[in-house]
Amino acid sequence: MNDKINIIESTAVLVPVDNIDTDQIIPARFLKTTGREGFGEKLFYDWRFGPDGAPVEDNPLAGQKGVILVAGNNFGCGSSREHAAWALHDAGYRAVVSSSFADIFRNNALNNFLLPVKVTEDYLSSITAVLKKAPDTVIRIDLGAQTISVPGAGEASFGINGYKKECLMKGYSDIDYLLADKESIIKYENSHA
Amino acid sequence: MGKTLFDKIWDAHVVKHIPDGPDVLYIDRHLVHEVTSPQAFSSLASRGLKVFRPEKTFATCDHNVPTLGQDEPIADESSRKAVEQLAANTAANGITYFPLGDPGNGIVHVIGPEQGIVLCGQTVVCGDSHTATHGAFGNIAFGIGTSEVEMVLATQCLLQSKPRQARITVDGSLAANVTPKDVILYVISRLGTDGCTGCFVEYAGEVFRNMSMEGRMTVCNMSIEMGAKGGMVAPDQTTFDYISGRRFAPAGEELAARISGWKALKTDEDAVFDREYHFDAADIGPMVTYGTNPGMGVAVDGVIPSEAVGCDAATFDKALAYMDFHKGEPMSGKKIDYVFVGSCTNGRIEDFRAFAKAVGGRRKAEDVTVWLVPGSKEVEAKIEAEGIGDTLRAAGFRIRQPGCSACLAMNADKIPAGKYAVSTSNRNFEGRQGYGARTILAGPLVAAEAAVTGYLSVPVI
Repeated sequence: MNDKINIIESTAVLVPVDNIDTDQIIPARFLKTTGREGFGEKLFYDWRFGPDGAPVEDNPLAGQKGVILVAGNNFGCGSSREHAAWALHDAGYRAVVSSSFADIFRNNALNNFLLPVKVTEDYLSSITAVLKKAPDTVIRIDLGAQTISVPGAGEASFGINGYKKECLMKGYSDIDYLLADKESIIKYENSHA
Repeated sequence: MGKTLFDKIWDAHVVKHIPDGPDVLYIDRHLVHEVTSPQAFSSLASRGLKVFRPEKTFATCDHNVPTLGQDEPIADESSRKAVEQLAANTAANGITYFPLGDPGNGIVHVIGPEQGIVLCGQTVVCGDSHTATHGAFGNIAFGIGTSEVEMVLATQCLLQSKPRQARITVDGSLAANVTPKDVILYVISRLGTDGCTGCFVEYAGEVFRNMSMEGRMTVCNMSIEMGAKGGMVAPDQTTFDYISGRRFAPAGEELAARISGWKALKTDEDAVFDREYHFDAADIGPMVTYGTNPGMGVAVDGVIPSEAVGCDAATFDKALAYMDFHKGEPMSGKKIDYVFVGSCTNGRIEDFRAFAKAVGGRRKAEDVTVWLVPGSKEVEAKIEAEGIGDTLRAAGFRIRQPGCSACLAMNADKIPAGKYAVSTSNRNFEGRQGYGARTILAGPLVAAEAAVTGYLSVPVI
């Protein structure tokens, strides 16, 4: 899953709902498998399908296409399940735009090369308004420049620390960093025994 | 400037700081369950690695387990396989594992403290958002994802950016019918479901100082429900008394030496928090939630707000439509179909004592299904040893076997669509307790009232 991120340019899937929790993103009953694959099919499952498995026609995602999800405030709250980030990535998403991300989801997303783009509430409202009027609008996210631009809503910048940005742009993972520096860890252990 | 309790523990665990990046944070205790660990173990194996410090990791199965017939093989094939996978992974890596039926088995956040695995001043992680529970002992405890579980297994470290800090002070004394669950539901209702996102919280003041460890665990457990990375209470004699005599805890002179060190674990008087919140215990009554996130709470004798709180109007309306509730309606008097007492929030012995006491001499309502699920084998044993089991059975109740159960309905304990459940668990998200299930979060006293009357009402103690 270490696909480097640089520029993400795509139409967006708009789900203007606040507080979308990870139980909505992927319900707990799909967490019994021990692999990492195939979770994309279960993404937002209970929004997309009824209890009998029949598709829900007027679900919030219906008819929308793109690799950028634009959600309401406080995206990814609740359970720590990384399956939520796996499901989004597996379903093709490469970025999520919100005015706030839950901490654990944010880390999980970054560890899976799914870019959380945190913007102001005002800018999120502008994007939402644009997408409601013109669903085919192409959004451009430039990780290097740390900007997001949406025709009709203008450009905004977003924050990310320098270390994580380099990881995403070069395809590095935290675990590789840690494994490469076992020496410091052992030194710490010896001085704190 | 002085340091907070959080600063002191964090600083003592920084292996190194990455410029314009996170800290390498050393982890003292790693708790593992069957849902969020298999991919971490398999990825570790694919790198040709073994667990780096297996003596610092402890495992239990809890999410997938049935709460009846635990001596039989787990009927659901994928649940059974997930549990078997954990047994194999822990055996292959020399990790202490409490299998189903073992006296040490139970919900990961109940057994961690109960077995003396979790002490004070530690960094504690688990692939589970309710890891915040362990902050009750004055720890930096937080939930992590599976990639991070793998990092801890491989290196006993994580890369973490230091969060901002908030202090929530509640002074005064609580009324007899107000439990720790009501306190945290009240705080979350005031601060919102994302009110502390990006922050680590310290709970301070009279109310928490006077709380038992079980109560502090209930409070810290739900820190994540207002977005906090974790929550903590400074350790004191109540904490040390709880730890003393536990299976994996130090004993004798070693414990005495550790306790004298732990006494320094408190926030300096001149320390400054990014945010401070103050509440008065007298304003807190028995609480319930009316919507689909834990911030949507009111007093049981209160009414559903007439306009959106903590979200936009559309999200608020969607939540009320899901619950089939209406703005301005009173919560008291609402008909209840199910009651669930259990979970890492309220599945400890004090919760069952409180429930039994509130039931008093009354009988279970005929038309309410009640699931009483101990948080661990030890809680189950205490319920029986204290006679609570006999009393409740005589009143028409049944005590089930330990596990996460209906909190997230990964096993067979699912609330049917459209039914109203009073639940002592931590989340009222859409579908959390079963497809279409309508969850009302509450403490054990409100749950007891619902169980014997079939309606929401203010508990009288």
